[in-house]
Amino acid sequence: MVCLLLLQEPTLYTVKAVFILDNDGNRLLSKYYDPELYPSMKEQRSFEKNIFNKTHKADNEIAFLEGMTIVYKGSIDLFFYVVGSAQENELMLMSVLNCLFDSLTHILRKNVERRCLLDNMEGVFLVVDEIIDGGVILESDPQQVLQKVNYRADENPLSEHSVAQHITEKLALTSNVLQSAKEQIKWSILK
Amino acid sequence: MIKKFDKKDEESGSGSNPFQHLEKSAVLQEARLFNETPINPRKCLHILTKIIYLLNQGEHFGTTEATEAFFAMTRLFQSNDQTLRRMCYLTIKEMANISEDVIIVTSSLTKDMTGKEDVYRGPAIRALCRITDTTMLQAIERYMKQAIVDKVPSVSSSALVSSLHMVKMSYDVVKRWVNEAQEAASSDNIMVQYHALGLLYHLRKNDRLAVTKMLNKFTKSGLKSPFAYCMLIRIASKLLDETEGGHDSPLFDFIESCLRNKNEMVVYEAASAIVHMPNCTARELAPAVSVLQLFCSSPKAALRYAAVRTLNKVAMKHPSAVTACNLDLENLITDSNRSIATLAITTLLKTGSESSVDRLMKQISSFVSEISDEFKVVVVQAISALCQKYPRKHSVMMNFLSNMLRDDGGFDYKRAIVDCIISIIEENPESKETGLAHLCEFIEDCEHTVLATKILHLLGKEGPRTPQPSKYIRFIFNRVVLESEAVRAAAVSALAKFGAQNDDLLPSVLVLMQRCMMDSDDEVRDRATFYMNVLQQKQKALNAAYIFNGLSVSIPGLEKSLHQYTLDPSEKPFDMKSVPLATTPISEQKSDITPMATSKIQDKLTPSRQDIYQEQLAAITEFQSLGPLFKSSDQVQLTEAETEYVVRCIKHTFARHMVFQFDCTNTLNDQLLQKVMVQMEPSESYEVIQYIPAATLAYSQPGSSYTLVRLPDDDPTAVSCTFSCTMKYLVKDCDPNTGEPDDDGYDDEYVLEDLEVTVADHIQKVLKSNFAAAWEEVGDEFEKEETFALASVRTLDEAVGNIISFLGMQPCERSDKVPENKNSHVLFLAGVFRGGHDVLVRARLALADGVTMQVTVRSGEETVVDVILASVG
Repeated sequence: MVCLLLLQEPTLYTVKAVFILDNDGNRLLSKYYDPELYPSMKEQRSFEKNIFNKTHKADNEIAFLEGMTIVYKGSIDLFFYVVGSAQENELMLMSVLNCLFDSLTHILRKNVERRCLLDNMEGVFLVVDEIIDGGVILESDPQQVLQKVNYRADENPLSEHSVAQHITEKLALTSNVLQSAKEQIKWSILK
Repeated sequence: MIKKFDKKDEESGSGSNPFQHLEKSAVLQEARLFNETPINPRKCLHILTKIIYLLNQGEHFGTTEATEAFFAMTRLFQSNDQTLRRMCYLTIKEMANISEDVIIVTSSLTKDMTGKEDVYRGPAIRALCRITDTTMLQAIERYMKQAIVDKVPSVSSSALVSSLHMVKMSYDVVKRWVNEAQEAASSDNIMVQYHALGLLYHLRKNDRLAVTKMLNKFTKSGLKSPFAYCMLIRIASKLLDETEGGHDSPLFDFIESCLRNKNEMVVYEAASAIVHMPNCTARELAPAVSVLQLFCSSPKAALRYAAVRTLNKVAMKHPSAVTACNLDLENLITDSNRSIATLAITTLLKTGSESSVDRLMKQISSFVSEISDEFKVVVVQAISALCQKYPRKHSVMMNFLSNMLRDDGGFDYKRAIVDCIISIIEENPESKETGLAHLCEFIEDCEHTVLATKILHLLGKEGPRTPQPSKYIRFIFNRVVLESEAVRAAAVSALAKFGAQNDDLLPSVLVLMQRCMMDSDDEVRDRATFYMNVLQQKQKALNAAYIFNGLSVSIPGLEKSLHQYTLDPSEKPFDMKSVPLATTPISEQKSDITPMATSKIQDKLTPSRQDIYQEQLAAITEFQSLGPLFKSSDQVQLTEAETEYVVRCIKHTFARHMVFQFDCTNTLNDQLLQKVMVQMEPSESYEVIQYIPAATLAYSQPGSSYTLVRLPDDDPTAVSCTFSCTMKYLVKDCDPNTGEPDDDGYDDEYVLEDLEVTVADHIQKVLKSNFAAAWEEVGDEFEKEETFALASVRTLDEAVGNIISFLGMQPCERSDKVPENKNSHVLFLAGVFRGGHDVLVRARLALADGVTMQVTVRSGEETVVDVILASVG
């Protein structure tokens, strides 16, 4: 087995899988690039579940599970994972993860949370597609990725319709905040 | 449009997933919107997103519905909305395998790929290559070549990466793009460089010369991309490994120079490459170890992990090289990332001194429950290594292991612990009882059949010889009551061993056996009935043969012989002695501890080396009358390593003959050898009967020639003989390039080194797990004893090693290990002599000035005893 490790074929196929889970471990996006690794949906789901259970409690950045090196990052209610083989250069995987995270941070205007991500799902699909192509790292510089994807979370803020929408949403948000503040005060008094 | 999901959200609260309740049929229904004019980009975009999301969630699309949606989607190419177009590319890629006739979009994609909009071109190429097959690839070949050398980096990268994906499918076409890839490799863009290098290597990897040239070029030119550097390092270390290049090679210098690169990724890759090189000296390792040491204090967890993981690997082979990092590793023990902490501790366990063991063990037990199974296995392996190093610490370790055994864990983890405990028991007799007690407790609640049977087997072997064998009976019989068939059967076998060895337990064992005979499983019943009958005879010899030591024949061999026997019915009963013996592994292979390797490789029952030879020899008509193959020796080199011809010999022993198999390799590319045979001149009364030459021996293609020799019948004690060997052959010169030989040739010969046949060639190793029982079984009818003085030997260890290798017999009861600081030792050896006679040797050794040895030999055949004693003398 030692020999197998040593004679590993140099290759560009670095990333085995990439996935984004929410804080219940549900899959929001996942791509498997190695057809031999977890070919069925059932295996993929159980792999993701296992990884999630072992990683979501502590933000440790890196783990070794089921014979794979996994680098990960959490943000509010989201978890981002990049999976590589046991022999892979951990820093390469890290650069992919960082690029993914930074690009999404920009697209989502720093609101890297589940709701916002789902509202901009098409942008997320495009970003992942620009970073990894079939397991090969296509780009690792977030600036380049953003330039290539050329996606804006808010569509044309100048159009009347959308401004109106924007305002209503902001208002809704404020009233939400007020509502929750009221609730909180109520609860603290009741206690 | 921003509030596109709001309606649903109102129903299920603001935190919900807008895609959660998507119905495939509803989405496909919505996809009809694609046909509306004018196209509403926003709505269509949202529908495409839903489709991709569903595919991503693993929703199954039927071919018809997928094709329908796909065709509707093609209409969206009319819209000029950028994001919509990009999502179309994604849909094409996702649906390439589900929908039919995806090639319909070829022309649209080709248009985008060659169009003016740079944003479209890269993704269009990647989508196009996804749906292209070998025949269509020719049609777009021109565009691909242009795209590879395009000045827009994203276009060039996309083309290169897509080409790489297509190498698997259409190597011959992609191979023609080598020049373009070469040009792209000198691009200023770092990703293009990387992708071009990857493609070039992939196209050239079978041509070592081309790879070397490529490496030379790029290592000198200096690339900008750190990824490309990592790739170069990997290629260079692979080439070094294949060519067995020394560490003074320029490739090694290149890798070492990368240790000083600005980028951490490159530095780590280089350090890791050096660490993984075979035969690295401590001095060569030092610079790599010192950069890893620096990484240990990095704020980045991934870098610390990478560093400590690699140091852990170094520590396996060169613990002293890592000692310098002990301080840094100590700091990592408290790392919040438990994987890092575990690796740090296990590394320290390998490099640290005996005094630090207790402290480290305490630290590790504080968080062992928090780490993953993979790392628990690493910990167990480290402990196992430690027990061998510091046997005195076994009580601490045993305690720790038994605690781990009680915790939850998967099969691999439990197996590692059980193996570790078993190895401790075998190494330290004083730990036997505690170890067995822990294992007994473990099988009380063990869900893994393999482990339970393994432990039961061990209990049967070791239990009866402990001071209080009766206490194990309860544990074993509990298995009979509670477990699955396989475990019950193993438990019955274990019980039988107690009954056979402990007379006072025999009546109770017989009662228990009787109960087992009522078992619902036939294997369990059969075993119980068999053992019952054997035990009731109360004969030591029967017990030894059928309960302790079992079959020593090779299972595939037995299968074949039985099959042969049924094909050809005869009056004669089947003779066990005609079955080839199982070859016991010469030394137990201690697999390197590679926790990082995926353990997916399954253990298959492969036929042993000897079974393979048996098959090969049986295929040669001249050897078919020789009977079963008794023993095959290891390869003996008959030439120096770097000569024109390389000849190795394997000695095959049969009941009355020997066959010498000469594996010859011709290392001259301008010669073709024909009719190659090895002429042998025996020194004793051995008689060469026949030569079977190898017909031709082309350059670097090994061939075998055989020589058949009859062993002397009249003098059975003549077991050793020296042969002088000469290889004779017909040489034909040939063209080194084409291999076309000349018509005429000339005879030539080549003198080989002498070949020795020794007593070891006539004895097959057989492991008797209970030597005392076997000793009684053979009896003292032909026992002989003699005393020798081994003047030239200084230690008991050396004497034991010499005797074992000289006689070629199997040491039993772990008697090949001489306890430290002892002046006397008893060595037990077991084997089978040619012709199927068991032979046992007991050698009492005493250390005075030299070593004095008293040898007692027992066998069922007098001549065998004489042969052994004569050859020792």
